[in-house]
Amino acid sequence: MEDTYQALVKIVGASYVSRDPEERFLYARDPGTMEPREPDFVVMPGSTEEVRQIVLLANERRIPVVPMGGGLVLSGLTRPLKGGMVLDMKRMNRILEVNETARSAIVEAGASQGMLQAYLRKHHPGLKHSIPDAPPIATIAGNVLIYGSGHLSAAGGFHSDMLNGMEVVLPTGEVAKIGSCAASPYWFSRAPLPDLAGLFIGWHGTTGIATKLAIKLYPDRPLNDVGIFVVEDPELVPGVIHRLSGVAVAEDIVAFMANAPEWLRGFLLVNVSYGAETREELRLKRDLLRESVRTYIDEKVGGFMPLPPAMKQRFLEAPQTTLALFADAREGGGFEYVGAIMPIELFAEAYRKGLEIAERHGIPCSAGARIIGLGHCMMFFYGYAFNRADPSDVALAQQALEDTNAAVLGIGGIPWKAEAPAQKQIIAKMDPNTFSLMKRLREALDPRGIMNPGNWEAER
Amino acid sequence: MRHAEILHRCFRCGYCKLPSRFQDLNCPPYLKFRFESYAPGGRMWLLRAWLEGEIETSPRLSEILFSCAACGSCVEHCVFPAFKADLLDTFIAGREELVERGAVPGAVGRYLRAVHSFGNPYGLPEQDRAKWAEGLDVERYSDQEYLLYVGCPGSYDERGQRMARALAGLLLRWGVDFGILGEEERCDGNEVRALGEAGLFEQLARENIERLEAAGVRKIVTLSPHGFHAIKNEYPRFGGSFETYHYPQLLASLVAKRELPRGNRPLRVAFHDPCYLGRHNRDYRTPRAVLAALPGLELLEMDRTMADALCCGGGGGNFFTDVLGGGAESPARVRVREAAACGAEVLAVACPKCARMFDDAIEAEALGEELRVMDIAEIVQERCA
Repeated sequence: MEDTYQALVKIVGASYVSRDPEERFLYARDPGTMEPREPDFVVMPGSTEEVRQIVLLANERRIPVVPMGGGLVLSGLTRPLKGGMVLDMKRMNRILEVNETARSAIVEAGASQGMLQAYLRKHHPGLKHSIPDAPPIATIAGNVLIYGSGHLSAAGGFHSDMLNGMEVVLPTGEVAKIGSCAASPYWFSRAPLPDLAGLFIGWHGTTGIATKLAIKLYPDRPLNDVGIFVVEDPELVPGVIHRLSGVAVAEDIVAFMANAPEWLRGFLLVNVSYGAETREELRLKRDLLRESVRTYIDEKVGGFMPLPPAMKQRFLEAPQTTLALFADAREGGGFEYVGAIMPIELFAEAYRKGLEIAERHGIPCSAGARIIGLGHCMMFFYGYAFNRADPSDVALAQQALEDTNAAVLGIGGIPWKAEAPAQKQIIAKMDPNTFSLMKRLREALDPRGIMNPGNWEAER
Repeated sequence: MRHAEILHRCFRCGYCKLPSRFQDLNCPPYLKFRFESYAPGGRMWLLRAWLEGEIETSPRLSEILFSCAACGSCVEHCVFPAFKADLLDTFIAGREELVERGAVPGAVGRYLRAVHSFGNPYGLPEQDRAKWAEGLDVERYSDQEYLLYVGCPGSYDERGQRMARALAGLLLRWGVDFGILGEEERCDGNEVRALGEAGLFEQLARENIERLEAAGVRKIVTLSPHGFHAIKNEYPRFGGSFETYHYPQLLASLVAKRELPRGNRPLRVAFHDPCYLGRHNRDYRTPRAVLAALPGLELLEMDRTMADALCCGGGGGNFFTDVLGGGAESPARVRVREAAACGAEVLAVACPKCARMFDDAIEAEALGEELRVMDIAEIVQERCA
């Protein structure tokens, strides 16, 4: 251990390696409910070359390596399940390039969502990226690599769909370029080469360490508006989403249950945001959206809520701070966020399952779905608040999480950023040949088994 | 420990690490050290773990807790209204526990011992307190309208002394009726309180109140925003009630009454909000009003300003203990780079600690050709010369 520590110090400097109990305590857990797993070291590389040297060292000594961005997934993916080292990537946080013409940005893997948002607002005010509702310190890379979604997902799909290319340190220490940048000085697309990005997205850090990535940017329109369509019957929501998304003007569509005010409790709100260059364009888009759901309005089973300007501004805020606030619902600093990707027609069933589980466990629940693309699928989310200081409450949230994952898989969805136990549930349901292919790919990429071991592994 | 009941309520969402537009890291120790443990959320979780016996008292824990600059950026940017106001006091309470157990970094111990023994953290004789005023016709306080409370850096630190002389010179020139305590002045105790020595702070506060009351002081103008904060907001707890101003607040009214000389060469100035005037006392306007009144002066704003200002890293005792000093990522060095990037020739300050921190940072960054530090009194003095 002492040898390894000294070797790490040699690579990144003494200031950026810790084996102290304080860092080992904190990096053993995230704000969710997964049991802590202590790392032996926490290391903060400052460059791709340092990452490469760390990986070579880890290979030589068979030390597990767990890359970490913001550490905010809430499903414990950055806990080192088999010890070793956590690589906190946030020192590598530079914004390297913005191409206004091609609407793209190249960033280091530790660059935060908030930092890019602020940078674009200051230096490229006509551009924005799709920011998730995670806290702004969450990293762009972390979110892209887990199939995150955000405020432009109705327009551009998953954040992984917005990836143009990557630089990756492979588990054996080679630095590989993925996408057009492999054969061109431009990071414009993953096409037309074989799409190797798939070897790293959704793998939870088990196949390599992203060090740079290029993402797509989108126009930041000067005029923005939001409409909220209200229905009471969850069965109607897929149709509403289908029609609203089909107009193809929305940047973001989020359906969610209303918790407040009291008179609105139990209703479902479908929040549609869009932007425009002119007032006429904005009005046209608003009218197109209204017309798309006219049948529900005429049948008096749904309608747009009147929204005062201040409330509109709040709904247009990105990221939404209210999500983090849910953690204090039990005055206990915690909530489990269970995401599940599924087709939009499952909305009502997914919604009912969430309510049933929350009621069964007696815990506050928040539920909804962010629409991906033109209704191509949705990221359904369940939030279960818990009191961190009460072990029985934590256990309830854990149980709700497990029940939700089972329920989601039962209706045909797939848990998102699945924690280790949920990964096993998914694997149990997965086509065996698919899992076998995953294993073969992983063994080929990581022959020493050092990358985030314990994840994407079947029950023994 | 005070506020132990809120420790578990921190979600560690990380809003506290950032300014309101998220452009860069705004928590001084997190900026410098980068481990999650040094961020406000990390400190909350570590304090809870420590109180519950999951981690032990250690030099590392002590360094983590004493690295907080008490700048209040976390309080400003935390998104949890139910407990955000108590964040900083929670960290101070944690320090109090460490002080109680004698588990403080060596530099903190030396600081507290010096204040206890000498009435100042420099360990210098009380007789030297008024040396900064030599050659000026500054009177000892005897029923003048204002007491000029110079504080320790203004009395003993060469950079602070220059500030004190500039301010006193202006007040004399403009006929302000004021005096100083000189050898009778003692540490205001603000950093002692922030370092968790509540008992010593109370002793200092009570002695100062007694001294000030005995001298018949009613109105106080302080050189340091730290002293301003302590006297204005903390001394009332011990019965001390004075009309207290930080010096730009007095200068603002003086400048407003005067015809200021024109014809000065243009000067591009960015003002750095000191935490104890800005975030802690919500006065962002007055120093800017003073600067804006000066003919030929162009007031610029840095990327992070007012409630979003990045602390110089000298608060919470760090000016003396230097836990945050050194390295390109030390807050003062990051801040002077930010000032230079906004095109300022002068980084204006209103705090002797900020002045010293930034002077050193400019030297370390080799920015001396393009940027210099001046406090507001020095700028006014120069522009009115």
